[in-house]
Amino acid sequence: MISNLAKRGKVLDSNKDTGFVVFDQVQKSYDGVTLVVKNLNLSIAKGEFVTMLGPSGSGKTTCLMMLAGFETATHGDILLDGQPINDIPPHKRGIGMVFQNYALFPHMTVAENLAFPLQVRNISKSEQQEKVRRALDMVQMSKFANRRPVQLSGGQQQRIALARALVFEPELVLMDEPLGALDKQLREHMQLEIKRLHERLGISVVYVTHDQSEALTMSDRVAVFNDGVIKQLAPPEELYDKPDNAFVAQFIGENNRLIGTVESVDGDYAGVRLASGDLCQALAVNCGAVGEKTTLSIRPERVLIGEAATSNTVEAKVLEQIYLGDHVRCRMSVHGDEEFIVKVPNAPGFSHLEVGQTAQIGWSADDCRALDMDIVR
Amino acid sequence: MLIAPLLIFVLITFIFPISDMLFRSVENDIVSDTLPRTVVALESWSAESQEAPDEDVFAAFYTDLYLAQEYKTHTRLGSRLNYQQTGISSMFRKTGRRVKRFDTDVYTDQFEELDAKWADPSYWASLMNNERVQKQLPETASSYTAWRELMVEEGDNPDAETPEDFVYTSLYRDLMHLSENGASVRNADVRTAMNAVSGFESVSLKEQFIDAEDDWADPKYWATIKLYSGNYTPGYFLNAVDMEQTINGAEVKPENERLYGTLFARTIYMSLFIMGCTILLGYPVAFLLANISRRSANMLLILVLLPFWTSLLVRTSAWKVLLQQQGVINDILVWSGLIDEAGRLIMINNQMGTIIAMTHILLPFMILPLYSVMQTIPPSYVRAAKSLGANDWTAFRRVYFPQSIPGIGAGSILVFIMSIGYYITPEIVGGTQGVFISNRIAYHISSSLNWGLASALGAILLAVVLILYWLYDRFVGIDNMKLG
Ligand SMILES: Nc1ncnc2c1ncn2[C@@H]1O[C@H](COP(=O)(O)OP(=O)(O)O)[C@@H](O)[C@H]1O
Ligand SMILES: [Mg+2]
Repeated sequence: MISNLAKRGKVLDSNKDTGFVVFDQVQKSYDGVTLVVKNLNLSIAKGEFVTMLGPSGSGKTTCLMMLAGFETATHGDILLDGQPINDIPPHKRGIGMVFQNYALFPHMTVAENLAFPLQVRNISKSEQQEKVRRALDMVQMSKFANRRPVQLSGGQQQRIALARALVFEPELVLMDEPLGALDKQLREHMQLEIKRLHERLGISVVYVTHDQSEALTMSDRVAVFNDGVIKQLAPPEELYDKPDNAFVAQFIGENNRLIGTVESVDGDYAGVRLASGDLCQALAVNCGAVGEKTTLSIRPERVLIGEAATSNTVEAKVLEQIYLGDHVRCRMSVHGDEEFIVKVPNAPGFSHLEVGQTAQIGWSADDCRALDMDIVR
Repeated sequence: MLIAPLLIFVLITFIFPISDMLFRSVENDIVSDTLPRTVVALESWSAESQEAPDEDVFAAFYTDLYLAQEYKTHTRLGSRLNYQQTGISSMFRKTGRRVKRFDTDVYTDQFEELDAKWADPSYWASLMNNERVQKQLPETASSYTAWRELMVEEGDNPDAETPEDFVYTSLYRDLMHLSENGASVRNADVRTAMNAVSGFESVSLKEQFIDAEDDWADPKYWATIKLYSGNYTPGYFLNAVDMEQTINGAEVKPENERLYGTLFARTIYMSLFIMGCTILLGYPVAFLLANISRRSANMLLILVLLPFWTSLLVRTSAWKVLLQQQGVINDILVWSGLIDEAGRLIMINNQMGTIIAMTHILLPFMILPLYSVMQTIPPSYVRAAKSLGANDWTAFRRVYFPQSIPGIGAGSILVFIMSIGYYITPEIVGGTQGVFISNRIAYHISSSLNWGLASALGAILLAVVLILYWLYDRFVGIDNMKLG
């Protein structure tokens, strides 16, 4: 784990010159005792959409606040376009920001809210009007220019907050759980809209969320946070298919965990002795040396049933089934683990299982990743 | 149902006293209660005649005053009328002492001489029981009834006592009336008396009164009595706005008698000034409270609330010690050489004293609502402003300050309303130049005992507060006000 971090740190160091936003070994502590952000290294390219994903309290907002200038890093540098910005006050950083509660000024109309960043930049009245109009058009809110924020629905306020963060044409926009207060449907709609705007305007976005599906649908790269540390920084597909560690495997998507001890390591593969006494072949991703404990991670949809199961086969008892249309969620007892989930596709040639029935299941060694023994959540 | 006790409490301690006060400020039945006959008789008299009323009015006044001095109500009436017309109080007192010794005993003597029956209490009682007689001798009936009530009140038996002179006076006047009109009278005794009265020696009551006190010849005093003979009067209110009721209607008082206009104006502008001072001093404190950690904020808040734990009187007196010419501040200034011994500052017993002490005392009432409003302003607003490019000052001025206005509004209205009715502090440190209208109200309640005027002043004060409250609601909106 530690060696891994160091390795990634080195890679980023070489990225330092190319990154538009660079966190270089940043640490943050509010009380001088506990580190809320521990040795953060992150490089974001121009035009990139990077999401910080992690459970609540993992230090995402703190990172964003340091970037925006409302908190100072206890240690380390933050660079914007190659310049250290530790000493630049927030209002001179030119970073657009969308707050979780939108922070629209309640005593100003929508148009006044949008004109605010232009006024403080001493932009001429006519240009202000033009820019405000364009920004409102961009989020399809032209009709609401003269309303007050309280007269708008949550989704409309969200659009205005977005328009306000973009109206002065910043190159970098920070968003802290901007869709957290919206209902599911609206949230999905806004996700697409934000993504479209990002692509159209070519801005860099640092987006914070604790919702993994949001992170996966929108981002170019996702930084998974836990306890002030980036657990993995990767594009969404990689994060799901190739998690580096047990935390990421568990946090992103559905996951089956089996605990075992490494018995042999042979090239890319490792033999792992499970608690039940069975031996299991797994991809040696992050499992340490022979004799160390390891977590095996198997995605529910990669589990094979019956004839198809050729490797790592085991007899499993069906404990519970939930019919979900396109597939059947099946809870089984596997190697002593009673929470083992298998997704049985509702496709031609698949026979349905019965509760109480015993079936043979298995998985390819390539789909079974031997990871670290992180204490998860 | 559960709030019933509270409702009753509010009713008794709040609504009832206020309505009583409003009622007192216009109520005026003392004249018609004390001088009922005079009030009726005065109806036919007009002040424009520029002459004192005729004998009828004086006769009625004689009966009324005789009874009033027996009941000892004439001095009260005198003081009441004195509010409107100075001098009238002593007239009542003086004449009240004399009225029993008026020469009207000649009537008594003459009636008794005519027929010994007239000295017989039981004869009087039976005669006055006769409805016919009552109708023919209305004045006598009224006087006799009043006399009987007086006797009972004093614990005497009216059936065993001869009536007082004023009853005989009424009898004489009634009989004269009958004989002049040539009325036919059935009762033999009354007829005899009627035929005899024209030969009686008579007494002019008008002369008797003027003899006792010259001023009764002056129509202006009678005009005052007539003006205030109604059951309700605008007099207190007129007085409270430096006007007076004259024969020609309401008029503004002469310059040197005006008092309340200046006092009201001073109360309002000084309250506004105090309010301004509390905003200037309270805003930074509240801002500090709202922007430091909770622990330190609670500590500071205790300091803000500390004055509440000390008696108001003690705090005000402390200012006296600090501000007086031989006081701490002046001593320090002299000692440090900033001013010399002769140049000691006068900071107390004037408006400055009132302003300093009241600003201090009312400051918490500005800080608390401000603090509670500022606490609800999320830090993300200022952060948003800064992220949008506003520097600290602009972010404060354009984003933070507008959102703290409800707190300023609430604090201002609280401080202003409390200040406008403040009494103790101006009384102690205000001298003559720094007192408020409430000090005058207190004076009328406890010293001059002119409760009507005090009520009128109070009612005007109440109205001013309500109007300001309405204006505030109109232009700022009461919903915008947050007290906590
Ligand atoms: N202003 C602050 N003062 C002290 N501790 C803070 C402050 N803000 C956040 N924290 C602490 O820092 C940790 C990370 O917080 P945060 O960055 O808000 O996490 P996230 O946004 O991922 O939920 C939390 O444990 C939180 O309690
Ligand atoms: Mg957060």
